[in-house]
Amino acid sequence: MRRTTIYAWLMLLPAMVLLMAFTHYPAIRTIIASLHSTARGHRASVFVGLANYERLLSDDVFKQVLWNNLIYGALTVPVSIAIAISMALLVNYKLRGRGFVRMAYFTPTVLPLIAVANIWLFFYTPGFGLIDQIRGMFGLAQQNWIGQPDTVLYAMMVVTVWKEAGFFMIFYLAALQSISPSLYEAAAIEGASRWTVFRRITFPLLMPTTLFVSVNAAINSFRLIDHIFVMTGGGPNNASSLLLYYIYQVAFREWDTAYGATLTVVLLAILLLLAVGQFFFFDRKVHYK
Amino acid sequence: MTGSWKYDRPLVTLAAWVLALMWFLPLAYAIWTAFHPASYETHFVLWAPLTLENFASAWAQAPFAQYFLNTMILVVMILVVQIILATFAAYAFAVYEFAGKNILFGLVLVQLMIMPDILLVENYTTMRGLGLVDTILAIGLPYMGSAFAIFLLRQTFMTVPKELAEAAKIEGANALTLLWRVYVPLAKPTYLAFGLVSVSAHWNNFIWPLIITNSVSTRPLTVGLSVFAATDSGVEWSVINAATLMTSAPLLIAFLLFQRQFVQNFMRAGIK
Repeated sequence: MRRTTIYAWLMLLPAMVLLMAFTHYPAIRTIIASLHSTARGHRASVFVGLANYERLLSDDVFKQVLWNNLIYGALTVPVSIAIAISMALLVNYKLRGRGFVRMAYFTPTVLPLIAVANIWLFFYTPGFGLIDQIRGMFGLAQQNWIGQPDTVLYAMMVVTVWKEAGFFMIFYLAALQSISPSLYEAAAIEGASRWTVFRRITFPLLMPTTLFVSVNAAINSFRLIDHIFVMTGGGPNNASSLLLYYIYQVAFREWDTAYGATLTVVLLAILLLLAVGQFFFFDRKVHYK
Repeated sequence: MTGSWKYDRPLVTLAAWVLALMWFLPLAYAIWTAFHPASYETHFVLWAPLTLENFASAWAQAPFAQYFLNTMILVVMILVVQIILATFAAYAFAVYEFAGKNILFGLVLVQLMIMPDILLVENYTTMRGLGLVDTILAIGLPYMGSAFAIFLLRQTFMTVPKELAEAAKIEGANALTLLWRVYVPLAKPTYLAFGLVSVSAHWNNFIWPLIITNSVSTRPLTVGLSVFAATDSGVEWSVINAATLMTSAPLLIAFLLFQRQFVQNFMRAGIK
């Protein structure tokens, strides 16, 4: 018995050391750093208690990026899911050119987000990009979608949905294929309408997938910010800046690492909340399988 | 599908195609500009002359060959280490009963939620302490202990029939032989699925490599592309689009060739 413990620990050791060195250790260090000041020049870092958190509460940029990120998540997650379900339902039909259709939906998933950003930057170019070309055909004026504070965040959301919907589609496809055809046959005998079938059979049975996808999409809305670097740099006026992008700016542009750590603690807290929420939901709502 | 359901098939087909074309349009536009002279960027005629000039121009203006090499070293290095470490860890979790098993597994699962991607500041400090800033190793190191790989392999190993392992033990196989001869071969589909997901994730990764590298000899493609597209504001769109396609090409072509496997493996890796 003791020997297997030693065996097991030896086998686990290398993976655990690396894993903890770049996940748990930095997470704890981040919390400690958030209670200290940033070392600058000859001034060493000192313990400052909650001073960084007080600064957080009066930081308007922080409030704005947090709000941006919440709207960004609150819209991209349900929209991506709605489109992903539609895609899966469409592709699940035996329709003409199904191969091409499925490929078109899924292709953005394989592209680097940086490449996607370049493609859409070109697409959005005022006057020149395809969107303005099409608007021009209808006599509409030029629009600088990513140059205006009130449209830029939405323009970024479109990119995110375009990139992610096809990825989520495949989880729904798998789930659809596992639904028993006899349920649909029964519904057809009852003369249920298409919408009723979706609302009463398909959608409830897809619930575990929807929860899984929601949590992943929510994490991604805080984690994937590559396109912001290329397309807007968080601008204009922080209108498209998200929490992780602000962390990058504070920590690696202004080199205020203590405040960067404080912001990271907020991000960690949000992810923790998501994890707890997932647990809670999975326990209570998902009893189909 | 019976009765009235038959009549809306054309409608469903139409909806599917409209959405597919919308989804394909941004990429199609990038492909169009990349393969035509700059004067045809917004001028769509069927007989526009095709050219590879944009690709040649991008290739000549930035060290893309070096970036390609860096990215390939990076993704192979990460994948090999991930798989070796995760195989042993997953085997221990799946096969042995030992003190602290549940706590350790819980610690592993934490990484599924809190990824190294968001702990930029402290991981940078660690790399500076190790003297690894601006190395390819530093880009890969935080990802080498992969909770995702451990989790997937553990799930697979747990499905291996006990009788198979017992039979091998009777024939005198020790733990390592057992792992190598019985468990690893049975987990081949899992390795393939994880491999695809890992390679595409790290081929596409951007923020951490951006922070930890600052020279041509270490920069991966994504960072190289962003530097190329950003600094030279004079570069024509057609050339930037060519560079963009070039950096995505290996994954894109692999995807088009092995579409079915890609989709199935992404699915397998995601569903757990």
